[in-house]
Amino acid sequence: METVELTIDGKKVTAPKGSTILEAARKNGIDIPALCYHEGISPYGACRLCMVEINEGGRDRLVASCIYEAKDGLEVRTSTERVNRVRRMAMELLLARCPRSEVIRQMAAKVGVERTRFPERPPEEDDNCILCGLCVRACREVVGVSAIGFAYRGSKREVATPFHESPELCIGCGTCAYVCPTGCITFEDKGNVRVIWGREFEMQKCKVCGRYFAPVAQLEYIRKKAGLPEGFFDVCPDCRSS
Amino acid sequence: MRLRSPEDLERLRKRAQAERKEREGKKGIVLCAGTGCRGAGALEVWEAFRREIGERADVRLMNTCCHGFCERGPIVIVEPEGIFYQRVTPKDVAEIVAETLNGGKVIERLLYKDPKTGEPIPYEKDIPFYKKQKRLIFGNNRYIDPTRIEDYIALGGYKALIKALFEMTPEEIIEEVKRSGLRGRGGGGFPTGRKWESCRNAHGEPKYVICNADEGDPGAYMDRSLLEGNPHSVLEGMIIGAYAIGAHEGFVYVRNEYPLAVQNVTTAIAQAEDYGLLGDDILGSGFSFRVKVVRGGGAFVCGESTALMASIEGKPGEPRAKYIHTVESGIWGKPSNLNNVETWANVPLIIREGADWYSQIGTEGSKGTKIFSLVGKINNTGLIEVPMGITLREIVYEIGGGIPGGKKFKAVQTGGPSGGCIPEELLDLPVDFDELTKAGSMMGSGGMIVMDEETCMVDVARYFVTFLEDESCGKCVPCREGLMQMRKILERITRGEGKEEDIPLLEEICEAMRDGSLCALGGTAPNPVLTTLKYFRDEYEAHIKEKRCPAGVCRELITYYIDEEACTGCGRCLRVCPAEAITGEKKEPHRIDPEKCIKCGSCKEVCRFDAVKVK
Amino acid sequence: MKVDLKKVEEILSRYDQAEHSLIAVLQDLQKEFNYLPQEALKLVSERLGVPYSQTYHVATFYKAFSLIPRGRHLITVCTGTACHVKGAPLILDALKRELGIGPGETTPDMEYTLETVNCLGSCALAPLVVIDGVYHGKMMGTKVLKLLKGKEGDASEES
Repeated sequence: METVELTIDGKKVTAPKGSTILEAARKNGIDIPALCYHEGISPYGACRLCMVEINEGGRDRLVASCIYEAKDGLEVRTSTERVNRVRRMAMELLLARCPRSEVIRQMAAKVGVERTRFPERPPEEDDNCILCGLCVRACREVVGVSAIGFAYRGSKREVATPFHESPELCIGCGTCAYVCPTGCITFEDKGNVRVIWGREFEMQKCKVCGRYFAPVAQLEYIRKKAGLPEGFFDVCPDCRSS
Repeated sequence: MRLRSPEDLERLRKRAQAERKEREGKKGIVLCAGTGCRGAGALEVWEAFRREIGERADVRLMNTCCHGFCERGPIVIVEPEGIFYQRVTPKDVAEIVAETLNGGKVIERLLYKDPKTGEPIPYEKDIPFYKKQKRLIFGNNRYIDPTRIEDYIALGGYKALIKALFEMTPEEIIEEVKRSGLRGRGGGGFPTGRKWESCRNAHGEPKYVICNADEGDPGAYMDRSLLEGNPHSVLEGMIIGAYAIGAHEGFVYVRNEYPLAVQNVTTAIAQAEDYGLLGDDILGSGFSFRVKVVRGGGAFVCGESTALMASIEGKPGEPRAKYIHTVESGIWGKPSNLNNVETWANVPLIIREGADWYSQIGTEGSKGTKIFSLVGKINNTGLIEVPMGITLREIVYEIGGGIPGGKKFKAVQTGGPSGGCIPEELLDLPVDFDELTKAGSMMGSGGMIVMDEETCMVDVARYFVTFLEDESCGKCVPCREGLMQMRKILERITRGEGKEEDIPLLEEICEAMRDGSLCALGGTAPNPVLTTLKYFRDEYEAHIKEKRCPAGVCRELITYYIDEEACTGCGRCLRVCPAEAITGEKKEPHRIDPEKCIKCGSCKEVCRFDAVKVK
Repeated sequence: MKVDLKKVEEILSRYDQAEHSLIAVLQDLQKEFNYLPQEALKLVSERLGVPYSQTYHVATFYKAFSLIPRGRHLITVCTGTACHVKGAPLILDALKRELGIGPGETTPDMEYTLETVNCLGSCALAPLVVIDGVYHGKMMGTKVLKLLKGKEGDASEES
């Protein structure tokens, strides 16, 4: 496989060609903070925490390392003054947006921000959502149903289901909840029913152990997509493997 | 009717020119019916002329779009003399026909009068507004009915296309555009020839050319008028560009708020297709090119190239980082060359007259002319075309006629929400891409908003931040959250609740937005705030430290009162006050109760004696 | 309110049945129904092969679209920069006071919808108010209220 060699914070690292700077850094044990990034999902470049400073064509510029391709000979600095100012302001702004989120507080402390000078969102408006878009992208790319999406724009932007109604296309898989960095998307498994996005999903009962292990809708979706025979998911993964 | 060769086109041109020559010396009425003049009643004037002239064969009634002197619309030019009438109403039409058209006499009250001498000026070329302009691109609007392609052809239209398709190679065309020094007119100022070259060299098929007619900067409407008045100049430029780049498909992306521009471009495309100037095998050259009109949905951010392309694809207008340029990967991941309306309109001129001629106009770094919209607190509101390098002072005073009401100039805002305010001390700055950027502003698409002593610069900063907060796509944190917090701080300051820490905090947010935003909307949003802080810091400090608005604008900080000396007791103010805050007897000076006053300004609006004041 | 889906189908047939037609289709729908009915959006998503959530994002992203019916009369105040420095905020306030609604809202009796727009490109007429498609230039709060009161009669502007 072709590789590229670049320098990050003075350290020479190699990475597969086509990697982003962030991927190259993480593969080599260099930590660049990020909130809207997830390994299995396309990068988005929205939180701006992963900004790094590079020198290109003789001038220094800041780029989002989750999107910028790691090129041969690139010199990257992950923690310059300019970069830190952006990171800190981003966290100060997010702290005002989600003052009750432990995850945000921790990330803020990590980049050196203990408090925010901005007015905090009041509790009745605070849903802990930082609009990172991981849920939306996961639903679109990983699951493939696009049950949820963004709505509106600017400071009115939100993650929503069409018309704020329970999404018909949702299969109850909970992927959105798994990838959410602040845990603001939740679901509840109550015996034979999962409740998520205001809908109740019937859970599949394992024919062998009797455990309710996944929503029927999700299993049906996967079964059809993968062309598997009917009844394939009547037995839970644990029982199938044993 | 299809033209199958350059010779066919030249034959058509000869016929069109012969027709045109025949009309010279004959009677005619040329009317401006662009959106601006329509708003002032041009269509009613048109109707009145149609009724008055009826079926007369000796008079030609011609519809054009935008002569630039918008303050004086509706504009009517009477031929063959070329008498320039302004502010024409339907009631004047009968007299114009009887006196001027039939009788050759001039109606003085309809003429423009020199503001200094009071002299009536019958001809456009003598009017001060026009004298210092160099209307290479815009001047043709006067001679073209935008719904008649033949008018454009008679003026030499599509001659550059013949030269490009039959006498030049794509590489030669690109070289010519590079040598001309043409830089993007949409705000970025990127060298057009270089952009074309990158797109030509990019890998991927098919390639696209796009005309950015989103024109979102409030106060800028040059592109609207170009598309309404001379759509073929833009189309011709696009065909030449497409040929040079190797694209066969193009889009004209027009913002939703410009219905007449959409209509006229659509008509122009249809007529060009009829003649075979668009479509397969143009003029027998073997080159095919088609163009479609796409309407925006109402989003300022769609003026940004990647957001515009997302919009063409049917998605929300969310920009993406431009680490990979759109000339390499644009619409649907294909190489796409996007240029502004005015940029495209410059191309036929460059190809026809040559780069050597073109590059003699303008300054070292900025060649050619630029069309600006001169609006706001200025006497001569309108669209002007000037050579690059003219000073702001010349524009504001000699072309613009200075500030109305004898008020004092305060600043001129250029570059829209991405630009900044330029104060009096910099008025001798030559207008060119680099000079304006050095002053902290930018040329932008060409909007020039003049502000006077009654404009509050803190309010202006608040206005732009509020605008951008509403228009931000909301994707990235610095822009979405930064603009909202800046808006809140600026609102507090205008309400008299500002704190000392506010200014350094604003500057911090600005810096983070400049460095950290995903696209140029957020990246340039700090400019209005930073330039007003730089040049008008005293106003900010007055608001914060003294709770005072020097310009008399910020509601919570001003008081309306009546000057007892000037008040005649006519009672008009009392009658319109929605808060019943005014008391007074007939013919006695009136009084405003500051407790009840809601500062709506109605009293000031109706007072005929300038007795209502603000402190 | 039952929506005539046949009309929606007709509008759809004017364009390629593909994602890139979405905005144009929505614009025609907006013009036809004076808003974007939910059932129409569902049908459009199916026909164009666009996820319903994307259609919803597009419908809420762009200012041209409204998810709730607009009033019989549309009053648009231009809040572009030239209009702003020439007094648009006071005009907007006058209308807010008179109609009791804010920008983007419709009066309960469905008579008036108040909107703002960021520049219509007629800056010589600043400050500009558009009522039912008719441009009224050089407006003031008092003038615009007069216009509204005389709305049923002659709508042409007197200076």
